[in-house]
Amino acid sequence: MSLIEQDLAMSTTAERKVVTSAPGVEPSPDWVIVTRGITRNYDMGGEVVHALRGVELAVRRNEYVAIMGPSGSGKSTLMNLIGCLDTPSAGEYWLNGVLVSRMEDDELARVRNREIGFVFQTFNLLPRASALQNVELPLVYAGVSSAERKERAKEALARVQLADRMDHRPNELSGGQRQRVAIARALVNRPAILLADEPTGNLDSTTSEEIMRVFEGLSAAGQTVIMVTHEPDIAAHARRVVVLRDGRISSDETRDTFVASLNTRA
Amino acid sequence: MSLLDAIRLALTQIKVQKLKSFFTLLGVTIGVMFLIAVVSIVNGMSKYMEEDFAAKFLGVNTFTLRRFPDFNMGDVTEATWREWQRRPQITVEDANAVREALPPQTHWAIQDVTWGTPVSQYRNGGPQSLVNAVSADYFVIKNLEVERGRVFTEQEEMVGAPVVVIGKETADTYFPSIDPLGKEIRLEGLPFRVIGVLQKQGSTFGLSLDRQVIGPFHSDLKRVTKSRRGLYGVLVQGVTNTVQQEAQERAREVMRRRHHLHPSEPDDFMFETSESALSGWQTIKQALVIGGIVLPAIGLVVGAIVIMNIMLVAVADRTREIGIRKALGAKRRDILAQFLVESATLSFFGAILGIALGFGLSKLIREISPLPSNVALWSIVVSVIVGAGVGIIAGIYPASRAARLDPILALRSD
Ligand SMILES: Nc1ncnc2c1ncn2[C@@H]1O[C@H](COP(=O)(O)OP(=O)(O)OP(=O)(O)O)[C@@H](O)[C@H]1O
Ligand SMILES: [Mg+2]
Repeated sequence: MSLIEQDLAMSTTAERKVVTSAPGVEPSPDWVIVTRGITRNYDMGGEVVHALRGVELAVRRNEYVAIMGPSGSGKSTLMNLIGCLDTPSAGEYWLNGVLVSRMEDDELARVRNREIGFVFQTFNLLPRASALQNVELPLVYAGVSSAERKERAKEALARVQLADRMDHRPNELSGGQRQRVAIARALVNRPAILLADEPTGNLDSTTSEEIMRVFEGLSAAGQTVIMVTHEPDIAAHARRVVVLRDGRISSDETRDTFVASLNTRA
Repeated sequence: MSLLDAIRLALTQIKVQKLKSFFTLLGVTIGVMFLIAVVSIVNGMSKYMEEDFAAKFLGVNTFTLRRFPDFNMGDVTEATWREWQRRPQITVEDANAVREALPPQTHWAIQDVTWGTPVSQYRNGGPQSLVNAVSADYFVIKNLEVERGRVFTEQEEMVGAPVVVIGKETADTYFPSIDPLGKEIRLEGLPFRVIGVLQKQGSTFGLSLDRQVIGPFHSDLKRVTKSRRGLYGVLVQGVTNTVQQEAQERAREVMRRRHHLHPSEPDDFMFETSESALSGWQTIKQALVIGGIVLPAIGLVVGAIVIMNIMLVAVADRTREIGIRKALGAKRRDILAQFLVESATLSFFGAILGIALGFGLSKLIREISPLPSNVALWSIVVSVIVGAGVGIIAGIYPASRAARLDPILALRSD
């Protein structure tokens, strides 16, 4: 890493500290995601599971972040919170300048629809709907007219090179193609962030690389991307790697630092 | 999500599970079918009773002065029956006194009846015919028309000419492929000449209206009907209902005077009208209408329970789908609407099917019974509304369960 790059990375790390340590203050518009000490507890009939124990995370527009960590460290829990599928037990979560951690169900649904694109390990496509219909779905809930829906869904499928498969059902597509449909669906409503929880977990290495190229293309086009992964070579595609351990961030470094540390360990 | 999108979605869902959908509909279908059929039967019976029966037997805007009711469908107690038996007979003198008192624009006729077996040259014995000794205006009041020949005149009635008009069936029985006009027919040995054959009238309650012999009251026929002991009744028809009412009031005054009734005493005679004859029918009709509501209601309740259970299963089966939809931005009300529309659409189809079957049933009844059963438009409208309503009510609980699902847990289910 060049000195200048390192300097830049250092400065953003310092800046992040500032952003995440000012409770109640709306972050500047550069920051798409800011969490301040968010926790998530599960009450398992008396015994409380602390899945997250105070996570401070700040993500700038157009960052490409990989979240790593051992199983059970809270990666999915964090992704669900960032994706507004869940609300934190305590702490603040600002998404795009809006405090979403105190929102009601229906407001959260709106935020998921407008601001977030979700890509799952198991694709989560509707089995009886065609690729096109699956991609249209977020637009249905956004109240977009049928004609415009088709138009935009086709565009999104074209972005993932699946324009010729739009009438196929999920079971008529390969794993990689399914995941690309899911990505098209996540992107169709032009979300502020693209979230992917182990997007390559069900794919072989060749197909995984293919998906990573799609992510890289999106990131290059300005899309903010956050993905969870177990595999270091998948994480190496990101430009920043956050490692969770036991519900806390244990390291937060640039890709190069991360890769270097991998090499030292190896 | 728009309603159109929701309906489109529901249709795909129903199409995917045709057989299951069909069984789900069954309760609603049967309920609606009964509703349509029972209403059409009641309608048909009403039409039959009120237009056919009442008009044919009792005449339009007509009352019959009688000792006690002939057509009675209500329960008669022993005491009532005994009171009726004590009543004085209606006599020819009564009939004439009533005639004197009638307002203009009325027709008046004495009628006395008995069952008798006619004898002709061609046939001796056979089914009984209703023998009527009547005044000439009887034909006008009952709107009876001859197919051949003529009815008797007032002169013939006054002089007691031994002539008769016979029913179509009586003609066919006693004059098989012979022109009965001018031929002789005997009743209890007394000869009468046939001067007319009535048009075919059909039957009411299995009673043929075509086995009749009708002759002048002042002829020997009144010996056959034994009219000295009292008359069957005195018929009065007004041109309008108001005239009928007026005539009835005057007849009542005359009769009370003739029977020396004190104002505190009730009438010891009665006026039979289509309304009075149908009062028993009204009770039957009410019972039928209640049945017509209860039967379909049971079907619909069963239908609602089935739909609710099927929808609960559907929600459980599609938990993951619900999770996906929620993750992509479906609000509670979107999921609620999706399942409500689905169950309403289902049950709407059930109602449509029920309406079709109800039509079939109604047609079948019309074919195999004398009831002119008739599907009422309102029952179709009610069926459609109730059908969809049942679906919505049955869908509320399952749909609200679906809407309340936690997206993360729903996504994790398989
Ligand atoms: N709904 C839940 N109820 C109770 N405990 C939960 C629930 N969801 C997660 N947990 C617990 O929270 C902790 C973090 O889980 P999480 O799924 O976030 O881990 P993860 O890092 O995604 O693991 P993996 O790599 O295996 O996917 C775990 O101990 C888990 O058992
Ligand atoms: Mg996980």
